[in-house]
Amino acid sequence: MLFFSFFKTLVDHEVTVELKNDISIKGVLKSVDQFLNIKLDDIQVVEELKYPHLSSVKNVFIRGSVVRYVHLPSAAVDVALLEDATRRGTWNSEMG
Amino acid sequence: MENLSIQDLPPEGGPNDVAPQTGGPPQLPPQMFTTAAQLLDLTDKKLVLVLRDGRKLIGVLRSWDQFANLVLQDTIERIFVQEVYADVVRGIFLVRGENVLLLGEIDLDKDDYIPEPYRKVSPEEVHALTVKANNEKKQTDKVRATKLHKLGFEVEHSGEILF
Repeated sequence: MLFFSFFKTLVDHEVTVELKNDISIKGVLKSVDQFLNIKLDDIQVVEELKYPHLSSVKNVFIRGSVVRYVHLPSAAVDVALLEDATRRGTWNSEMG
Repeated sequence: MENLSIQDLPPEGGPNDVAPQTGGPPQLPPQMFTTAAQLLDLTDKKLVLVLRDGRKLIGVLRSWDQFANLVLQDTIERIFVQEVYADVVRGIFLVRGENVLLLGEIDLDKDDYIPEPYRKVSPEEVHALTVKANNEKKQTDKVRATKLHKLGFEVEHSGEILF
């Protein structure tokens, strides 16, 4: 649930999603759900000419299971808070 | 049976008890962040669906569930080979969620815009090119696998494109 909450804080920021088939899609993060399915608006495909089927597409729903990386805007990420939250998560499950 | 009316208060400690909202930053309503909410916006729209095996289906999304199992109506498959493409009429699709890569909403202002140098040809032409390209790929894969095998490597799922 931590990363679900984390992604919710990034809504309306521009991110680049790299898929497992090597397509990279840049767009404004509009929504995320519990499976980390991602919705992007105003998309732009890196290497657009290689993927002509996406040139008339404005927004996409990407299934969480096919995402390899999400490139985040560093200004929007509170690294200290995230580190703290991940450690607390481990701590709780160890004590659980 | 108890005679309950809508004005009755729920029993204390029952399942309807909700913890009071504590302080903190204002949150967006949680119902926005569900698979259902994401797919509801796309329902009854013309979409391009890209599958894990690389197929591109264009159709109208009619139904779906929380796993992104999808039903597409009036579907065509658009096949790209080298610098040409063709549309093949397919009909209705029920796609199991695990095979879905992405769903893109088509901007109706830019409908069916395919950038240069891609041009549309007949399905037969594309089919012939696909067969040719596949055979060439099989050949090169075979050569590669043999060479790797001699060096003691084993090639996984040879020739299959999984993504």
